[in-house]
Amino acid sequence: MHSMKMITTYLYSRYERFWHWLQMALIFLLLITGLEVHGLYSLMGFEQAVNIHNFVGITWLIAFAFFVFWVFTTGEWKQYVPTTKKLFAVIRYYSFGIFKGELHPVPKRKGAKHNPLQRLTYLSLAAMLLPIQMVTGVFYWTYNSWETWGLGFLSLKVVALIHLAGAFFILTFIIVHVYMTTTGHSIFAHIKAMITGWEEIEEGVEIEDWEKASRKQFSETVS
Amino acid sequence: MVFVPMPSFAKQEQEAPGLELARQAVKAERKTTTADHSQFKALQQAFASGPEISKACMSCHTKAADQLKKTLHWTWLDPNSPKNNQKGKAGYSLNNFCISANGTHDHHCNECHIGWNAEGKKAEIDCLRCHGQKKINWEEAFEDYEYFMESNDPEEKALAKEVQAEIQEAAQSVGRPTRKNCGSCHFSGGGGDGVKHGDLDPSLINPNRQLDVHMGYDGRDFECIRCHTTIAHRVAGRIYGTPASKTRQSLLEHDLEPKIMCESCHSDKPHKSSGKMNDHTDKVACQACHVPKIAKILPVQTWWDWSKAGKKKDGKPYDIIGPFGKPVYQSTRGETRWEKNVIPKYLWFNGSIQGATAKDIIDPSKLVKLAWPDGNRNDKNARIFPFNIHSGKQPYDTVNKTMVTPLLSGGQGYWSTFDWKDSIERGAKYLNLPFSGKIDFVETAYVFPSTHMVAPKEDALECSQCHTRPSSRLANLTGFYMPGRDRLKFIDIAGWAIVLCSFGGIVLHALGRIFTNGRKKEE
Repeated sequence: MHSMKMITTYLYSRYERFWHWLQMALIFLLLITGLEVHGLYSLMGFEQAVNIHNFVGITWLIAFAFFVFWVFTTGEWKQYVPTTKKLFAVIRYYSFGIFKGELHPVPKRKGAKHNPLQRLTYLSLAAMLLPIQMVTGVFYWTYNSWETWGLGFLSLKVVALIHLAGAFFILTFIIVHVYMTTTGHSIFAHIKAMITGWEEIEEGVEIEDWEKASRKQFSETVS
Repeated sequence: MVFVPMPSFAKQEQEAPGLELARQAVKAERKTTTADHSQFKALQQAFASGPEISKACMSCHTKAADQLKKTLHWTWLDPNSPKNNQKGKAGYSLNNFCISANGTHDHHCNECHIGWNAEGKKAEIDCLRCHGQKKINWEEAFEDYEYFMESNDPEEKALAKEVQAEIQEAAQSVGRPTRKNCGSCHFSGGGGDGVKHGDLDPSLINPNRQLDVHMGYDGRDFECIRCHTTIAHRVAGRIYGTPASKTRQSLLEHDLEPKIMCESCHSDKPHKSSGKMNDHTDKVACQACHVPKIAKILPVQTWWDWSKAGKKKDGKPYDIIGPFGKPVYQSTRGETRWEKNVIPKYLWFNGSIQGATAKDIIDPSKLVKLAWPDGNRNDKNARIFPFNIHSGKQPYDTVNKTMVTPLLSGGQGYWSTFDWKDSIERGAKYLNLPFSGKIDFVETAYVFPSTHMVAPKEDALECSQCHTRPSSRLANLTGFYMPGRDRLKFIDIAGWAIVLCSFGGIVLHALGRIFTNGRKKEE
C-alpha cells in the first residue's frame, strides 16, 4: 500500500507517554467505579466504589495540574490549537480515502503530532470535557460544604447528571480513540509509538508552517 | 501521585473520633451507693400496704414525691400542649392499640401508672415500680399478710411473719432503675410483650450485644438510665411533640447535656475521618443505618383491626393463637398480626411526633395518622429516621368526624359488654366529649421511632442497601437526588445510545477497511 520509505522518529517524550497511560488507567478506574456508583452493576460494592472513585478523581486532578504545567511550559499547547485547515480533508480521508488506500492528508511528523481532527478532539477533551468532569466531580464530592460555601443554590441532581453525561462522552471518546489507533500503517503502529515514543513516519513529508508547534522548538529539535 | 489519604487501601490505626469520645464518656466506673437500705429503721417496720412503704421512703427522700408528681411519668400529660386539647395518656391522646386511657378512668391502662393501685393519679406513688430490685406479687402478699394476721392460729401468725419478712426484704431492695424496672411498662405497653415499639420488648431485659450493642451484657451492659439521664426524677426523652433534645451537642461541647442522643457521646463525626460516612450525619440519623431491623428476638405487633372484634363462638368470646404463639384473633380485640425481624420504614424526623387527639377532626377517606413524625427534607433539624409503623382499624364518629374513645376494661367496658356504642359513650363521658352514636371503622397508623436495638457495627446497613434501585430502603423518600438510587432515564438512554452508535460506527468502519483492502489485493 505504501511505497514511501518509512523512517522512525521520536515523537512522544517520556512524560507525555507516562501521562497518557496514567490518564488511561485513571479514566478506566473512574469509569468502572463511577458506573457502579450510578447503580449499573455491583462489582466491588457501593462504598468501595465511592472511595476509589473519589481517591482516583483527586489523583487525576493533581496529575492534570502537572499536565497543564507541562503543556504550557514546553509550548506543546500549540499542538492543540484548533484549525480548519485540512480539517475536511482529514474527515474526507477517514470517511472515504482510507477505504481506497489513499495516503493520510496530514501524516504525523516530528513537531506536528496531531492532525486537525485530533487537535479539535483533544482540545475539546482537555479544555472542556475533562475540566467539566473535574469541576462537577469536585462539586459532587464536596456536596456537604455547599451551604457553607454559599453554593446552596446548586442542585446535586444537575451536578450528577452533567457528570454522568460527561462520563458517556468520555466512554464514547475511548471507543473511537482506541479504534483510531488501528488506522496507522499497521494495526498496532500507533499504540507501539505511544509505548516506545518512536513512531514510524514517511520520509520526506514536509511540515507546513501552520502545523509547526513553534519555529524555535522545531529548529531545535531538528538540528 | 498519592497525595490523598485513602484508608481503605492503607489501613490506618486511627479510630473514629466519635468512638473514642463515646468510650471516654462511659469510662468512669459505675456509680455505687453509699446507703444499705436494709439498715434503715424506716424500712424495718411491718408494712400492711404499699402506700405505707412509700411513706417510709419519703420519710428520708422528702422531695421525691414533689419531684415525681411534676413529671410525665406521673401526670401522663404533655406539659407543652394546649390545655383545651392536652396530649398525653391522661389527656385526649389516642393510639391504635387500646385507643384511649379515658382520662385514667380505664383501670387496665392504669396498671402502668406508677401508683400503688389502678386508681391512677389518686393513688399513692409506688416507688418500688421503678426502684424495687426484688419483684413480688404485692397484692397477694398484703392480702395474705392481712389474712394471717387476723388469725389466732399461731401457725398462721408465723406465716404472717414470713410474709412480712418477704415484704420487708423487697421494700429494702431498692436501687437505681434497671432495664427490668423500666421494661415492666415500656417493654409490654399496649397490653402485652412487644405489642407497641418493636425496638423495646422483654428481650432487652437481658440482651446480648448482637441484640443491642449498648445494653448487651457482653457489650457495654447499659441500663436504660445510662442514656435516659435523670434530673430530679425527670427522665430525659421525647415527650410527644417535644424532642428529646433540641440541640445536637456532644458532651464535649456541653458536659451537662443529657446523654439522650447518639451524638451526645458519639459526636456528629462518629466515623473515621475519611470516607463519606460522616457527611451523612446532617441528613441521616445514626439509627437509620445502625438499627437495621427491629423485633429481632421477639415479634412485634404490626396490625390491630378492631372492626373484627366481637365475634363469638357458641355465644362465647374466643381467641385464635397464630405463629409465634401470639393471638391473631381475639373476640375482645379483633384481628392482630405479628412480625419478627421487621425492617423499619424511613421518614424525615425532626424529633417531634405529632399525635392526634380525640378532639381533632379527621378525614376518614384517608389513612388517619394518629402519631406521625414531624419534619421534611427542607427542615434543617430533620433527618431520615427509622420507624416502626403500627397500623390498624378502629372506630370513629361518622357525624362528628372524630376518633372515639371506647372504655375497654371493667364490667361496663367493651371487653365485657361487646357493645361499641355503650362503651364509646361511657369513654366519651369520662373525657367530656360528644358522641353522635354513629360509628364506622377507619384505618389508622401510629409510629414509634426505632432507636433501641442498636446493632454492632458489623451489622449496620451497607451503603448499597439505600444507594440502589429499585430495592432501596429509602425508595419512598423523594425530592432529592441520591447516587445509585436515582437517575434521569433520558440521560441514561441518550448516553448509551451515543456509546452504542460509536461502537456500531467503528465496527462498520473496520468492516469497510477489511473489505476494501481485500478487494485491492485481488486487483
